[in-house]
Amino acid sequence: MANKLINQMGLPKSIVNIFTARNIITAKDALSHTEFELMELLDVGKEEVTSAMAHVSEVVCPPCQTALLLLEQRVLNESLAGHLSTRLKGLDEALCGGIPFGVLTELVGPAGIGKTQFCLKLSLLASLPTNCGGLDGRVIYIDVESKFRSKRLIEIGINSFPEIFLKKGMAQEMAGRILILHPTSLSEFAESLHQIRVSLLQQQVKLLIIDSMAALVLGEHDSEASRQQALGWHVSFIKSLAEFSRIPVVLTNQVRSQIGDESRMYSFQAQSHSIIKDNPATYDSHLVAALGINWAHAVTIRLVLEARSGQRFIKLAKSPISAPLAFPFKITSSGLVLLDDEGIEMKGPEINTIHCQGLSLSTLAVSSAEYILRTKNA
Amino acid sequence: MEVGMLPISASKRGKLLAAGYTTLDAIARASPTHLARGFPFQFQFSTLLSFSNWVCIYVQKFLFFSPTHYLTLTDIDVSESEATEILNLASKPSALERPNGSHTAVVGDLDNILGGGIKCKEVTEIGGVPGIGKTQIGIQLAVNVQIPQEYGGLGGKAIYIDTEGSFMVERVLQIAEACIEDMAEYSRHFHKDFQACDVKMHPNNILENIFYFRVCSYTEQIALINYLDKFITENKDVKILIVDSVTFHFRQDFDDMALRTRLLSEMALKLMKLAKKFRLAVVMFNQVTTKHIEGSFQLTLALGDSWSHSCTNRIILFWNGNERHAFIDKSPSLKSASAPYSVTTRGIRNSTSSCKRIKMM
Repeated sequence: MANKLINQMGLPKSIVNIFTARNIITAKDALSHTEFELMELLDVGKEEVTSAMAHVSEVVCPPCQTALLLLEQRVLNESLAGHLSTRLKGLDEALCGGIPFGVLTELVGPAGIGKTQFCLKLSLLASLPTNCGGLDGRVIYIDVESKFRSKRLIEIGINSFPEIFLKKGMAQEMAGRILILHPTSLSEFAESLHQIRVSLLQQQVKLLIIDSMAALVLGEHDSEASRQQALGWHVSFIKSLAEFSRIPVVLTNQVRSQIGDESRMYSFQAQSHSIIKDNPATYDSHLVAALGINWAHAVTIRLVLEARSGQRFIKLAKSPISAPLAFPFKITSSGLVLLDDEGIEMKGPEINTIHCQGLSLSTLAVSSAEYILRTKNA
Repeated sequence: MEVGMLPISASKRGKLLAAGYTTLDAIARASPTHLARGFPFQFQFSTLLSFSNWVCIYVQKFLFFSPTHYLTLTDIDVSESEATEILNLASKPSALERPNGSHTAVVGDLDNILGGGIKCKEVTEIGGVPGIGKTQIGIQLAVNVQIPQEYGGLGGKAIYIDTEGSFMVERVLQIAEACIEDMAEYSRHFHKDFQACDVKMHPNNILENIFYFRVCSYTEQIALINYLDKFITENKDVKILIVDSVTFHFRQDFDDMALRTRLLSEMALKLMKLAKKFRLAVVMFNQVTTKHIEGSFQLTLALGDSWSHSCTNRIILFWNGNERHAFIDKSPSLKSASAPYSVTTRGIRNSTSSCKRIKMM
């Protein structure tokens, strides 16, 4: 909308000519100047500029909807009320039905906690026929770290939906609906995003997964500032992509370790801050999400996957609809399974912390050995 | 102050300068007829008036001029009505202090530190880390502003500008339902009469009175704020304008930081104007960023230091131990204080540890 041409907005001819003469062609050009600058540039009075800008603004500004209208539209257009069910009862209930359409949902967690497993499960769910509770659509899976294993996908499918996957040809069909992309650089990724934009319209794409966003960005940019800038553009693009096509978008994020607590304080907290500084215990390193605070603001829902004394938890760290709940889970042959559907309500900033205790490699080794055996048998 | 800073076109400014008027003082001391003689074109009275308006704003904002200077400026206009107009303009700050039910209640403890709630005719900025409850407070405010006057609310409508796409209608419905239940309880408590406790409000009424705009780029954001003047004139009773968040697009799409600052400050001025003109509360949400201060990284609100001047009040939300707290970082009238709050299924409530009862006002 911002690229609308000024000469097609029904402004008086004389004003339009002045704008064009100064190479201000689109609404974006005009709105990127303050009114004062425009007066300078166009050499016209304040009144003319104000009235012209008022007109331009009226044409460009987005339509107004009442919240009631929004609610009615949601009910009308989306039979499943706009959610992709995760089939994890507790999580679905907390999120009012599952991963919502049109927003970004982020999975954060240490390596090996089950982020990719969760993504695999979600892509299966989206490709299932509607009579089985799926979305009956295609899935675009952007696999940056080359972690996608179709064998594991089929295994999850067979174990969680035997009635569908044991039918002849169905497994292939389901798997065929998942389109995998392997971008190796951020520019390649940007290119594929543009292609996706087109294919979202033409094909029945119902889910977009990016695994992982962090690998994409961290690989290329070493300084914080350039990373932010590179990320910034993609964030708003993916957001608009999700919104205009109304599909759920799931992204994963890695963790990195940080020393001390200091960057989580404001200056007015300085007093308490100095007390903490004296206490050497807080110099322990702890895990934080790899993409920084700017990114964290941009995602609508953040799910933290962590391990505390050997037990894995999935936590609803940020969500506009849900209470801060934590659910214990384990990874089985059918993917991620909740041990408890009630959830534990977390107090305070605890919900945002990422622990990785007792997630010993031996258990991982056992489970992967188990997995190899299983795939051999199958 | 120099003529170069006046809001007039370059050619007019050129003519002023050519005629020898380099400072505002000089213009102020000249009579309109003098000025008109000095100009090859007809100098209109309205233009002069806008000069003095502009100067008045500067008088208020930067105290460039002493009151006597200001008085000489009023010499420009002869007619009485225009003189009063300028005087009105100059006396506006005192008009702000008139107490007239101009607060939108958030809830209990937060209202206490805010001196009754978010103030109308002022711009309030609220910032905090992701997941602290900014959007929740926004939705709560959009619902609370509609509490009828009998119940101590404003009975107004809300405009919600969503730049991040985090506005969830399902959540608004939850909060609206809880708010109506609270009102019913409130009336039971005060009237002890079960006939009167029938609240004649449906959640759908509340949803209907929230005007929602989804903004997808910074140009749209600027355009929308320009357009709001007209929109609010057409839709009376808008009492709160919520921008959630003011930061998002300005943080993503800019290479030229100077341009960003200019556009932001112009937008802030427009928001302030809207707040004054329509007597509404403007609430902007801001994100946080890390900043390197005195050898350590600290959290601050985003958009830089010059932006921090553009709001009247600034509230920072933060984690204090296991509780969410709101801290008044900047306010011309309130002392800095902090209060706990919590986010529940029913919306923003007092922190459970400090007070179990849900207060209305």
